Order: sequence, then C-alpha cells, then structure tokens
Amino acid sequence: MTKPEQRPKRVVITGPRRDVRRRPSRPVTDEIDDQTRVGQVYLRSLIRAQLLLGLSTVALVVVPLIAMPLLFGFVPRVRELQVGPMPLWWVLLGILVYPAILGVGWWYVRQADRNEAQFTDLVEGR
Amino acid sequence: MNSTLAAVGMALTVLVTIGLAAYSSRLARTTGDFYVASRSVPAWWNASAISGEYLSAASFLGVAGLIMAGGADAVWFPVGYAVGYVLLLALVAAPLRRSGAYTLPDFCEARLRSSKVRLIASALVVLIGWLYVLPQLQGAGLALQILLDTPTWVGGLLVSITVLVVIVGGGMRSVTLVQGFQYWLKVVAIMVPVLFLLAAWRADASPSALTEAPPVFDDRTTVRIENPITVKVSDPITLEVEGAVDAVAVDGPVTWQIGEHTVAAGSTLIFPQGATVPHLSSVPQLTGVEWGQPLQSGQEHTLYRTFALMFALFLGTMGLPHVLVRFYTNPDGRAARRTALVVIGLVGLFYLAPSVYGMLGRLYSPELLLTGRTDAVVLLLPQAAVGGVAGQWLTALVAAGAAAAFLATATGLTVTVAGVLSQDIVSKRVRNPIVSFRVAAAAAVVVPLLLGLVAESLPLARAVSLAFAVAAATFSPLLLLGIWWPKLTDVGAAAGLLLGGVMATVAIGISTLIPDLTGWPGALLSQPAAWAMPAALFTMVVVSLRTAHRITPGVDRIMIRLHTPEAVGVQRTWTARGLR
Repeated sequence: MTKPEQRPKRVVITGPRRDVRRRPSRPVTDEIDDQTRVGQVYLRSLIRAQLLLGLSTVALVVVPLIAMPLLFGFVPRVRELQVGPMPLWWVLLGILVYPAILGVGWWYVRQADRNEAQFTDLVEGR
Repeated sequence: MNSTLAAVGMALTVLVTIGLAAYSSRLARTTGDFYVASRSVPAWWNASAISGEYLSAASFLGVAGLIMAGGADAVWFPVGYAVGYVLLLALVAAPLRRSGAYTLPDFCEARLRSSKVRLIASALVVLIGWLYVLPQLQGAGLALQILLDTPTWVGGLLVSITVLVVIVGGGMRSVTLVQGFQYWLKVVAIMVPVLFLLAAWRADASPSALTEAPPVFDDRTTVRIENPITVKVSDPITLEVEGAVDAVAVDGPVTWQIGEHTVAAGSTLIFPQGATVPHLSSVPQLTGVEWGQPLQSGQEHTLYRTFALMFALFLGTMGLPHVLVRFYTNPDGRAARRTALVVIGLVGLFYLAPSVYGMLGRLYSPELLLTGRTDAVVLLLPQAAVGGVAGQWLTALVAAGAAAAFLATATGLTVTVAGVLSQDIVSKRVRNPIVSFRVAAAAAVVVPLLLGLVAESLPLARAVSLAFAVAAATFSPLLLLGIWWPKLTDVGAAAGLLLGGVMATVAIGISTLIPDLTGWPGALLSQPAAWAMPAALFTMVVVSLRTAHRITPGVDRIMIRLHTPEAVGVQRTWTARGLR
C-alpha cells in the first residue's frame, strides 16, 4: 500500500501493562470449590500425601510387631536373651513398646500438620 | 477377708461418679450437650475421657488375668489395645472429625448418602455395644462376688443402675467429666499397688517367676471352690478336703494321682506348702520358663491365634463406636489428632501395670490357676502379697479402680447405643429428643443386663476381644475405604458390612457355644477377624467396582470436607442429618 521510499510513520506499539494491572488469578480454593481439574489435582495430592504418611506410620509400628513372634518363635537363641533379670520379650513388649508407639505417633502428628500447612500455603498463598 | 474397706472404695467411686454427673448436668442445656458436650472439651481432658472410657474391666482386671494364665503370648492383649490407637490416629482421626458427623451411622450417611447403609451401621453399633457391655457387667459381678461375697448378678445390676442415673442426669457432657476423672482414678488405682507389690516382692528376696517347674503354693493354702471344676494333676498330691471330690463326699486327707479330678461346688481344699498347683483343665499348666516365652503354651496354631488377635485388636479399635463418638467432641481435625496422640500415651502408661500383677500372681496367688478365676488377680494380689492393713487399703484402692472401669466403659457404650437407638428408632415415636434419648438409654442398659443372666462367662479380656473382632470385620474396612477411596459405593459398603458382621458374629457364636473345637476350625472360629476383615474389605472393593454407577453423587465435595484443613476457606456444605 505505502510506497517503499516513503518511510512509515513511527508508531509506538504497546501491550496492556501486565505488571501493573494483572488479571487477578483464580484462588485455588475456588478451583477446589468448583471441582475443576486443577482443584482436583491439588486435593488428590494432599490426600495421597496424607495416606502415604498414615500407611508409613502404621507400617513403622506393625511390621516390627509382626516380626516379634516369628523371631522369638523360630530363633531359639533370641529367646535366651535377657536385659538384666528380665527376658528380652518382656522388656520389648511389656515396657518399651509403649514409649515407642508414642514416639511414632508424635512424629506422625508433626508430619501430618506439615502436609496440611503446605497445602494451606499452596492454595491460599497465590 | 475384711471387705468393708473394699466396699467403701467401690461405693465412693459410685458416689463421686453420680455427684460429678449431677454437678455437670446443670451445665447441660441443649440437645447438643446431651450428645457430644458441645465440642468444647480441651484435648488433654478429652483424651483422659477417651482413655477412661476405653480402659474397661477387660483392661483393669482381664489383662492381668490372661497374662497370669497365658504368659508371654498374652502381652498382645494390652499391646493390641494400645496399638489400635496408632492406626486410629494415622488413618481415621482427623478425617472422621472433619466429616462433622456425630456417630458412625451419621458418618455412613454423610459419606454414602444412603439411609439403608445407615441402618445397617446402627444395627452393628448396637450389636458391638452390647457385646462389649456384657463383660463389663460380668466383671462387676465377679468383683463384687470376690470382695463382698454377693451373688454374681448383683454387680451387673448396680452398674446398670449407676450408668442410667449418670446418663439420664446429664448426657455426654457429664459423661466427659466423669470419664476423665475415672481415667486418673484407674491409673492411680493400678499403679500405686504396683509399687507396694514390687516392694513386698523385693522384701521377699525377689523370687523368680521364671522357674523350671510349674507354680507351687508358697504357703499352706485354703481354697474355697464356688463352682464345680475339673482340675489336672501333674504330680501326685495329698491334700485335705471338706466337701466332695471325684463325686465322693470327703472330710479329711485325700491323695490325688496324676490325671483329672473333679471338685464339687462348696468344697474346701487345703494344700500343703510347696505342693504343685493343680490347674483348671482349661488352663494350660506352664512352667515359669514356658510362661515367660512366646509360643510355648502348647495350644494349637498359636502363631495363627497370635496374628489373628493382633489383627482384631489393631483394626478393631478404630471401629469401636463408643471411642469414635468421642472424636466429635474435638474442635477440629488437628485437635482430633492431638487427642488420639495423648490417648496413646495415657493408655500406654496404664498398660505397664498388668504384667506385674500377672507375674506376681503366679508367685503369691497361684490358687487362681486352680479355680480358673485369674480375672480376680488384681483384686486379690494386694492382700496376698502385701497383706496387713496396707493390703486392705490397697484392696480398697483397686476395688475403687475396678468400679471405675466397669462404670466408665458401660456408661460410654450405653450413651452410644442409646444415641443410635434414639436417633434411628425411638425418635420416630417420641417427639422430645431428650425424652427419646432417655428412653433409649433405658433400653440400652436392660438388654445386656438380661443377656448377662443367661450368657456363659468367658475370661473378660477374651470376651471383649470378640467385640473388637466384630468391629474389625465391619467398621474398620468401611472407615478405611470411606475415607481414602472415593469409589466406595453404598451397595459395596452394605455388602461388606453385612458379610463381615455375619461372618464374625456366627464364628463367635459357634466358638462360644462349642468351646472344645480343636484344630483349624477351633482356631479360625475363635479368632475370626483375620479372615472376616479381609473378606469384608475385598467384598466392599469388588462390589463397589461392579456398581460404579452408584458412586456417591458429589463425592469430591465430601472428600474436600474430610481432608482439607479447617483453616482453608473452601465450602464444606454438607452436614450430618438432622443436626446443626
């Protein structure tokens, strides 16, 4: 249209100023409320993290307990072990098991709180 | 025995219980107060109440008794009762609280939107509740008979009346206060005598319970036989008898050869010092060494029984309706976790004690192995080992603790059963919710009381483990799948609940009616949780997958409610039926 010799008028090309008036992003809580894909991904990841933590906690307690009767039943030498005057079995299952499960429970509560705090930061922090 | 102090101890527990209930009932005003104490209970006190409610006659009396008779294999009872709370904490506590439902049936309806599943759950709550109350009443009967020489039905009747007074007086808020108090009473009542017992044992030159031979009478011992028994004799023994043995009336010395002998009710046997204790035929005679080691009892399929018991207790705890109802009294999910954690500590503290009673019982009251009433060891040991005035005061203390044990558990269970009966049955006929709750409470008490008159008495901790088995086979898979698996459908849940409930109940029924079953049938039927729970879980999964079109509408909304922390501002619109 314009002749090649004729220099085009200089114009300023700008886009909308993104840095000043950003379109407000949708809070993740809304995504969750509207049950969109994004919301589901966030929620599923929380549930998965908590389930994994719960199952790990259970395994941490139950696996050693299941091992006890097998160990003591099939390895006679373990049966002879004593702590002072007390057989090892009674030291482990009469006394130590209770502080041990309390410790595991405490660890679980801390981790579960942490998972939830991360989730809260994530969905409310944007 | 001078039983006045013991009677005073028990009476004081009952009076303080009723007094606290009356005091706090002034605070109970709304319907919500009656059910869950308006959710304003601090975590440590709520944990005390849960522990107070949980430590029943089975824990206070039964565990020590089973350890005394069964030794190393019996430690799984207290360990299992405590570890159950780890599973409850890690997999159930917070989501369950966040569901906002008051009772297990409420949860079923919240999660599955099905009134039919709700009804099945209600029936199971009532069944488990009654199965669990029954041994409490029998334990009370035993304790009163041993300490005060009353007929066995008296204890159960007194407990029932007290429970009714407490509940009708103030509902759950009064129950919370009362049960928190009862936990601390029980801990003191079982721990203080332990210190005295160990001191007496040391003063006696610390004799070992881990002997090469079976227990012996450490003194000339007189034993009154209340019920007809059959005993096994492993060593010929000469004793003095007044009464009838082997169907012959005797008044004088008798020599028993190796083998089985019968003793008529009302007989008195006097054993010489140092004689080997003949055992009741159903109690295995173990040397101290065998007693102290696992899997040595000579019972069939001990390994299966051990694992099945672990299974029932670990998973059953989360399905106990009277424990779960307590988690709704926490203000939010985080508090529910803290409460569960404190419960692990409180319950664990208590369970340090029963092994001591069990061990010292073999030294100082071995005649209980003869009569088979090892459930009484906690009540009798202070007198037998410490003796004197101190022994009498300690007996009064354990008697008070035992009374707290029957009352706390029976009260908690009755509130729960009454809550379910009142919501699902009585309230359809009675308009006023508080009146309907009271009517339901009366019904919840009377049925197990009548059952107790006809039912055979099992060892207490064993009887309670049956209730755990039913809970493990029904509510445990329901909760696990309901909380963590969105695809659970109402049909799947109903199928699994029914299958698990029927299998566990039938197995328990058969093994109770035919206690002599041996081999695999005997082992499998007496410990059904290990196969009934996986079967129920499997059924729920398979049927749910087959009925995928019935996945709960809006299940994502329910999952949001169960799993997001309360601090996050998302909609949690669903509330339990009829409340809030």
